[in-house]
Amino acid sequence: MTILACIDRSHFAASVCDHAAWSAKELDVPVELLHSIERHPDPASRADHSGRLGVDTGEHLLAELVALDEQRNRVARESGRVLLDDAARRIHEAGVEEVYQRLESGELSDQLRDHERSARMIVMGRGGEAATQDAAYLGRNLERVIRASHRPVLIAAVAHRPIRRYLLAFDGGKSSGEAINYLVETPLLRDIEGKVLMVGRGGDGGRSRLGDAVRRLESAGLHVTSELKDGEPEAVIADNIERDDIDLIVMGAYGHSRIRQMMIGSTTTELMHRTAVSMLVFH
Amino acid sequence: MATARWRAEWFGNIKGDALAGVVVALALIPEAVAFSIIAGVDPKVGLYASFSIAVIIAFAGGRPGMISAATGAMALLIVDLVKDHGLEYLFAATILTGVIQIIAGAVGLARVMRFVSNSVMTGFVNALAILIFLAQLPELTGVSWITYPMVVAGLIIIYGLPRLTSVVPSPLVTIVVLTAVSMAFGLNVRTVGDMGELPSSLPMFLLPDIPVNVETLTIILPYAIPLAIVGLLESMMTATIVDDLTDTKSNKHRESTGQGIANVATGFLGGMAGCAMIGQSVINVKSGGRGRLSSLIAGVVLLGLVVGLGDIVGRIPMPALVAVMIMVSIGTFSWKSIGNLRTHPRTSSVVMLATVAVVVATHNLAYGVFVGVLLSGIFFAWKIGQIFGIESTISDDGRERTYIVAGQVFYASAEAFVDAFDFDEALDRVFIDVTRAHFWDISAVAALDKVVLKFRRDATDVELIGMNQASTTIVDKLGIHDKIDAMDYVPGH
Repeated sequence: MTILACIDRSHFAASVCDHAAWSAKELDVPVELLHSIERHPDPASRADHSGRLGVDTGEHLLAELVALDEQRNRVARESGRVLLDDAARRIHEAGVEEVYQRLESGELSDQLRDHERSARMIVMGRGGEAATQDAAYLGRNLERVIRASHRPVLIAAVAHRPIRRYLLAFDGGKSSGEAINYLVETPLLRDIEGKVLMVGRGGDGGRSRLGDAVRRLESAGLHVTSELKDGEPEAVIADNIERDDIDLIVMGAYGHSRIRQMMIGSTTTELMHRTAVSMLVFH
Repeated sequence: MATARWRAEWFGNIKGDALAGVVVALALIPEAVAFSIIAGVDPKVGLYASFSIAVIIAFAGGRPGMISAATGAMALLIVDLVKDHGLEYLFAATILTGVIQIIAGAVGLARVMRFVSNSVMTGFVNALAILIFLAQLPELTGVSWITYPMVVAGLIIIYGLPRLTSVVPSPLVTIVVLTAVSMAFGLNVRTVGDMGELPSSLPMFLLPDIPVNVETLTIILPYAIPLAIVGLLESMMTATIVDDLTDTKSNKHRESTGQGIANVATGFLGGMAGCAMIGQSVINVKSGGRGRLSSLIAGVVLLGLVVGLGDIVGRIPMPALVAVMIMVSIGTFSWKSIGNLRTHPRTSSVVMLATVAVVVATHNLAYGVFVGVLLSGIFFAWKIGQIFGIESTISDDGRERTYIVAGQVFYASAEAFVDAFDFDEALDRVFIDVTRAHFWDISAVAALDKVVLKFRRDATDVELIGMNQASTTIVDKLGIHDKIDAMDYVPGH
């Protein structure tokens, strides 16, 4: 089992490495670095508007396009290796013994399907290479990976900071149940102070599920407090993060279908927009 | 991710697609006119078809970036229909072609394309190129002398101009320059306007004015079937070329259905049947087109230009059109294939040349493909039949012989199988070890029976070794070929 850390040339790369190193040390597993060279849709590499058909034009054009792609992908591969080497060094220096590197080309979400089986956790940045410093920007691959993956995904904020306090956003749903299982079964957050927050009307059902969750966590040796609050989930959670100086949000993500999300939006996405802290999400 | 792909296919490359679409539209106009002339219909029939097919394929096609319109391959097939029965029957045949293609797409006939070998495809494009060239000859014979310098000048511009600039389409410049010259000097040459009616408005929905009965069907069906086959064939071939050029995949089933929808609609809009165009698709990719938008823009710009500039289009001198079509035929021909004649296996060359010969003789690409596929199959069977051998050893006392059969036994090698046995020996016993042989069909089993019977007549006992394994390869009967471990049953692997 490994921590699978997905890096690219965005400014999240260093933070992804630090998050991966932290979780690898807590879980005592190696880190596997994955860099994926995306196949670009190849937009007009050379626009020739002469409209002329010469001798074997198709063949020549093919040769030309292949040569262009070859050149471009060779550069991408070389620089990908450099990127992976740098990342591996950083993780080594952070104290992780075993770091593996994997360079692939294609869609990240496809590769994760192949590789996540051996992973305890996936680490990736909030944004991709196109991301600006704008905290609200979310990477194109992020939701796709979270939805497709069967592993928890640790979404790295721009900078890593020591995790001293986490917040578990509990909604009583299936994926937040998985979050609790994970915390109970792994030593990742065992020595860290946590808070289980449930937002909603509460009622007896909610209160008792919250109570059950807390008891399960405590019996596994975790240090948690709990709170049930009424209000709009995104706002309440965001307030709590600021007030309690939270370093990591743990939550179930994308509990609803895409259709519903299109109609009324997603709590997960909204929360990601509002806060800049790292998140550990379960789907 | 359906929406993400949809967005990428339509709007992933807006600028490239828009520019390429305009280039293609300009290149399509002379071709659509020329193919109409080949088919013996008014230029507006080809122009309407090119508009409608390009636009509909943009939405319904399975290969973004591919250009479909009225084509030479299809035009050649409808000449007699138009001559004998008239335009209305052409529209009906176009609709029927589309229906056949929709059905072909639904039942997944694109899979059958794998039986069309590379050599047949090369033969197809070469034959097409030759026919397009031959179709220009009537414009070059019995015409005023000024035609010849104009064609030559046109070709010089087409091939020379891109050396100076690749910003404007050189075929367009040829047409503009030659039209201007011929108008300025009042040259005595035929013009596009002389060849028939041009579109003056948007196409309108119309029902073909034909009796709906069995007789009509017997008239149009013999045209619709080859049209559907040739259309799909050229479309699949073009799709593969665009796949390779852009290093992306296409949906061949969706493409067949899309071609069908486009043809049905085109028949109702007063256009002729069409399909994907190899040359135009290459031009599109070369000009930077990659997405569905390029085809849509090509169709819309084409019709806009023709309707808007109808008078000027009518003044285009035929020599300019001939020059463009000579370029198209040169561009369609696979020149590499001539050099390959020397290096490729002789059977491949024979398939290619036979395809070309049949098409040029019959003017029907479907016949050429049929002959090509047939020949490829025969040559393949012949080659596989060579993977066959029999060895034998005689026992020390000279009374028993063991034959070891290895390789492929089927109809093409059955005779060689029988001939390999020596029936003139007086033996007590014969062992035939077929463990390493594959018996593919009934001919092979019959040949084995024959051998056994012949030995029996000579009072020689025959013992077969490994017959069970050998006969499991009669895959049709046992149907093991579609099981994943089929090769485990095949002996000798």
